[in-house]
Amino acid sequence: MKRIGAFVVLLLLIAVCASAIGVVYARQQSRLLFGELVRLNNERDDLNVEFGRLELEQATWAEPNRIEQVARGQLGMINPPPAATVLIKQ
Amino acid sequence: MSLRPQPKKKNAPVQLRAKPRPVNTRARLYVVLMVLVLGSTALIVRAVDLQVVRKDFYQEQGDARFLREMPIPVSRGTIYDRNGEPLAVSTPVASIWANPQELLEQSDKLPQLANALGIEVDALQTKLQQHSEKEFVYLKRQLNPDDADAIVKLGIAGVNAQREYKRYYPSGEVLAHVIGVTNVDDRGQEGLELAFDDWLAGTPGAEHVIRDNKGHTVEDVELLREPKPGRDLTLSIDRRIQYMAYRELKSAIIDHHAMSGSMVVLDVQTGEILAMVNQPSFNPNAHGNMDISFRRNRAITDVVEPGSTAKAFTMAAALESGKWTLASHVDTNPGWYKIATWTIHDVHNHGLLDLTGVITKSSNIGAAKIAETLSRDSLYDMFHRFGFGESTGSGFPGESPGLLPVVTAWGPVEKATISYGYGLNVTPLQLAQAYAALAHDGRIRAPTFVKGARNPDNAIIDPEIAHAVVKMLETVVQPGGTAYPMAVVSNYLVGGKTGTARMAHAGSYQNKYVSTFVGFVPASAPRFVGVVVIHDAQGLRYYGGDVSAPVFAKVMDGALRIMDVPPDNVQRWYAGGPATPVAPPSAAVGDDTAEEVP
Repeated sequence: MKRIGAFVVLLLLIAVCASAIGVVYARQQSRLLFGELVRLNNERDDLNVEFGRLELEQATWAEPNRIEQVARGQLGMINPPPAATVLIKQ
Repeated sequence: MSLRPQPKKKNAPVQLRAKPRPVNTRARLYVVLMVLVLGSTALIVRAVDLQVVRKDFYQEQGDARFLREMPIPVSRGTIYDRNGEPLAVSTPVASIWANPQELLEQSDKLPQLANALGIEVDALQTKLQQHSEKEFVYLKRQLNPDDADAIVKLGIAGVNAQREYKRYYPSGEVLAHVIGVTNVDDRGQEGLELAFDDWLAGTPGAEHVIRDNKGHTVEDVELLREPKPGRDLTLSIDRRIQYMAYRELKSAIIDHHAMSGSMVVLDVQTGEILAMVNQPSFNPNAHGNMDISFRRNRAITDVVEPGSTAKAFTMAAALESGKWTLASHVDTNPGWYKIATWTIHDVHNHGLLDLTGVITKSSNIGAAKIAETLSRDSLYDMFHRFGFGESTGSGFPGESPGLLPVVTAWGPVEKATISYGYGLNVTPLQLAQAYAALAHDGRIRAPTFVKGARNPDNAIIDPEIAHAVVKMLETVVQPGGTAYPMAVVSNYLVGGKTGTARMAHAGSYQNKYVSTFVGFVPASAPRFVGVVVIHDAQGLRYYGGDVSAPVFAKVMDGALRIMDVPPDNVQRWYAGGPATPVAPPSAAVGDDTAEEVP
């Protein structure tokens, strides 16, 4: 009887120690992961900022006014006159 | 410890019996026991008090020292045009805020901070003093995030940056009226930004975090509210058509020294609004203290008298009554006509006209004489069915329903004037909707700003009648018509109607004119309806055919090309020559009468 009791106590003692170390480990992991989360959130925000900026830049370059000026002015493009167009009938 | 020695002490007095002063161990034991019991009771009571009775108070106090509720800002949804081009984009900016109490204690650092913020030291000082009771005041809002970082890095205690979002509109004034603007808190104030605010805005989240004494976040404790980012919105607007409409309208207004104008382009089949522009416009990216009249979306909020463009609906009513056929004639001699005390004029004497001729020549007398034979109820009903006097249901904030006088107020003179477009008020969008119904086999459909949101359509007139009126409207853009050749689009059949109305102001009419053109292309299978309304064109040419029709033709020419609509008028194409006749209209045709009303 006595030996069984001592064995159980020993077992519980080991379990307590193990769980204590487990808690410490989990806390540490949680801190590390939180740091990682903050870093990734910041990275996401930065990428969103960059995306918005690029989207705006693209919209500015693709402004119809600018395209028309480049097409007509620099590239000398014109609307094709009817005489230069062949109509394909189905 | 207290009880175990007892047996030993029981034995002890036997050995020490000879000692002169016997010790009462039992009494001592009780005293010690008492002290220990009292002490532990006190501890237990205190523990219960702290842990149970006043738990909430201490928990709160503890949390208040390191737990913070932090908002999680969300960005507003992007607005795209029908091809996915961004029209309104939220980009992150930073606002600098400070704790005045903390900042006022370190007045030596204020000049440095003021310099970084680009404001006067005195102004900063005053601002802080005004808010010295509070713990939060914005110092500068909506800065470039990099600039804000630089200010925070000065390391002045109590100065912080907060993320916010600012709206940018790459299309600027071209789309300003339709999209509208947001305020500094990123909420919609006007236009579609206001109409779709709930959809676009999203809900900011909130979380509990543990912060150390320097304000750094150490740990996320719990998420209080999930952040819901704003949803994107895809409009029916086509940026390219919008741009062409804006460019052509603006140059027409400059050429004619006009006061203001609007243009609407609708997709006939779906009711989608492809373009909606107004002049004057404003820059939505810097709209601080702009004249409010520049900001009205006139195509929806302002009404005009439709003038002769209303004659198409009078013709529809005439055909529906059965009293008139396409072969019927009406005598417009001698160029004026008297109803009660009111005299109606045509610019020229057109003599005997058939129904098509009344539209082609835009004869007021013809329209009035036809209206005379119709009951006022049937004429009112026809206008009402085409959506006049009722909001179109586009959902745009501030939309005007226009005005169609109640039928009981119609006398013979009112009936005559309404038949040629006076005495009722319509918005340019209503006019576009009504002509789209004509062009769409007599089925009316509420216009929409959202791509793919097709409203249900209702048949309002017999398709045969709609087709007949469409044929009449084609003659307006053919030789002899009031919009020939100004509204001609190369290689396409065009149907439309000019309108010129005197502007009403404070109950009377002035010598100012509203020049209108409304039409559809290609007339054989209509795809687009366009309305051009220009106010107060100066000079000798103020007729709708002269001022507004060329804008319509140029925009439609581009829209048909952009949307790849095959030409339906190819005879000219095969002829090879320039399709648009260059001869100016003869004086006898520019006959779109501006008429006075009692």
